[in-house]
Amino acid sequence: MRIRAITLRILQQFIHDKRTMALMFIAPLLVLSLMSLVFNGDDYKPVIGVSGQAVKLSASLESHDAKVKEYATAELGTDAVSEGTIDALLTLNGTTPQMVLEGSNPTANRAVMMVLEKTSQELLPSSGIKIQPEISYLYGSADMKTIDRFGPIMIGVFVFFFVFLIAGVSFLRERTTGTLERLLSTPLKRWEIVLGYVCGFGIFTVFQALLISWFSIQVLGILMTGSFGYVLLMTLLLSMTALTLGTLLSAFAANELQMIQFIPLIIVPQIFLSGLFPMDTLPLWLQRVGLATPLYYGADALMNIMIRGKGWSDIALDVYVLIGFTLLFMTLNVLALRKHRKM
Amino acid sequence: MNKDAPVIKVSHVGRAFGSKLVLDDISLQVEKAETFGILGPSGSGKTTLVKMLTGIDETSSGEIHVLGVKMPKLAMLQQIGYMAQSDALYTELSAKENLEFFASLYGLKGEHRTRRIKAVMELVNLEEHLRKGVAQYSGGMKRRLSLAIALLHEPPLLILDEPTVGIDPVLRLSIWNELRALNKKGTTIVLTTHVMDEAEKCDRLAMIRDGKLLAVDTPDGLLQATGSASIEEAFLYYGGVRS
Ligand SMILES: Nc1ncnc2c1ncn2[C@@H]1O[C@H](COP(=O)(O)OP(=O)(O)O)[C@@H](O)[C@H]1O
Ligand SMILES: [Mg+2]
Repeated sequence: MRIRAITLRILQQFIHDKRTMALMFIAPLLVLSLMSLVFNGDDYKPVIGVSGQAVKLSASLESHDAKVKEYATAELGTDAVSEGTIDALLTLNGTTPQMVLEGSNPTANRAVMMVLEKTSQELLPSSGIKIQPEISYLYGSADMKTIDRFGPIMIGVFVFFFVFLIAGVSFLRERTTGTLERLLSTPLKRWEIVLGYVCGFGIFTVFQALLISWFSIQVLGILMTGSFGYVLLMTLLLSMTALTLGTLLSAFAANELQMIQFIPLIIVPQIFLSGLFPMDTLPLWLQRVGLATPLYYGADALMNIMIRGKGWSDIALDVYVLIGFTLLFMTLNVLALRKHRKM
Repeated sequence: MNKDAPVIKVSHVGRAFGSKLVLDDISLQVEKAETFGILGPSGSGKTTLVKMLTGIDETSSGEIHVLGVKMPKLAMLQQIGYMAQSDALYTELSAKENLEFFASLYGLKGEHRTRRIKAVMELVNLEEHLRKGVAQYSGGMKRRLSLAIALLHEPPLLILDEPTVGIDPVLRLSIWNELRALNKKGTTIVLTTHVMDEAEKCDRLAMIRDGKLLAVDTPDGLLQATGSASIEEAFLYYGGVRS
């Protein structure tokens, strides 16, 4: 009953505050669209160098939308790759094509691989050249993908970021405007306040999660091989964690600006440790810190679902950890409210 | 509970924030159906005291009993209507939404809730502004809405922290008349004020300064005991400043 009252009130506040609602719904879509445009390599024309016998493949490469540069020797071509003037160098040793990719730009990698695949398929019957060229990367690796790889993480990041900020600020304002004290002068129990917040924002974030997931997958066409239901579940769990963490940390902020100051402290490091960038090269202690951040688990599960099409058994741990985080933050919230009323 | 037992019994209460003693050895009683005023300058500890009466805050020493129950006690909050010094309202919401929200927190629902909302808004003269957003309310209107919210669940004990600040004299008079009417119905009212002439309207008065209780008596009693012509003079007398 009382929890329902708080839930209802939060929803009403959202409905009256169109701007915040727009921020929650539109801003993530805007940024995701922008990212998808920036990272989607569809229009990228790769520059491929050829040398030696491979020169005879030039026409075929060009017919598949590559720019081709010819080099007199393989050494000159390799130098061009390392300087970054071309994206890849194709050489032909007898019947085995060898491809060296620059590798640091996933967009270029993908474009090169696409051209190569088409070319080798076309040449297969007539020329006797092997289907599988030997491929090596100068810097990056074949695992790198762009929006397909960033997409799931960014969905998690945006949900986390916006819910954290807005939940944190609204709880903070509850304190600074005195309404929290007013709430605590009613027979409301402390845990009812926390649960009311979780429900109010919960309902709201269901819609947010729905919209963001749908938009990313259907409109932006981010790679999605798994179940939509699981994506929703993960975004929802991430928002719950963000909500409870935001309200908890708002206890340590005196005003909205100080709440914003948590972004570089709490949000940005989480993004860096979420798997957006390779973790293997990080010092061990920093990797361990990553394991203590909610976003890491959300991003991990979202990547497993969307990129690898994995099911429950592969995300179960992430689900449990996020639920654990949420319950922990909720408990701490109830305890933090003791500062304002002991009973 | 004994019918004649005091509604509020404060015994040797002290409150310290860190090493700073904000209230020192306060003892007083509030009887049923009276309007009890707590008079003191800003910073004297009035808000601290009434917060402890509601149970939001705890005493550092001494005891407070409300309706015979030792405070703080969560269930007692249902018996108390509290109006905080600052208007704790959700400015994004309309007055109606604010009232509905707080009414629900006190367990009012359906028809009864609608009737109570109408009744309290009439009482504070805001019925035609029911659907207005609180952001568009003036300071005095917000004060009255806060009062209306405190009255929603018909509590036997009203605790009002500076209820008439920012309210014009005409409306102030009408609010005082309503408080009188509530007294007649058996409601006990504790209010704080730093306005001397308002203090005269209370049945009984406690004067505090710097966290110390100077005197408790009826306004007339205070005037007679000090030989003063006004409450202000009496306050100065107890404060050790003689004119
Ligand atoms: N939470 C607190 N921490 C420290 N000091 C406080 C706190 N609340 C009130 N005080 C101090 O207690 C004194 C009395 O405050 P208050 O009860 O608000 O006075 P009044 O309501 O009479 O104006 C003031 O000096 C104030 O600074
Ligand atoms: Mg005060």
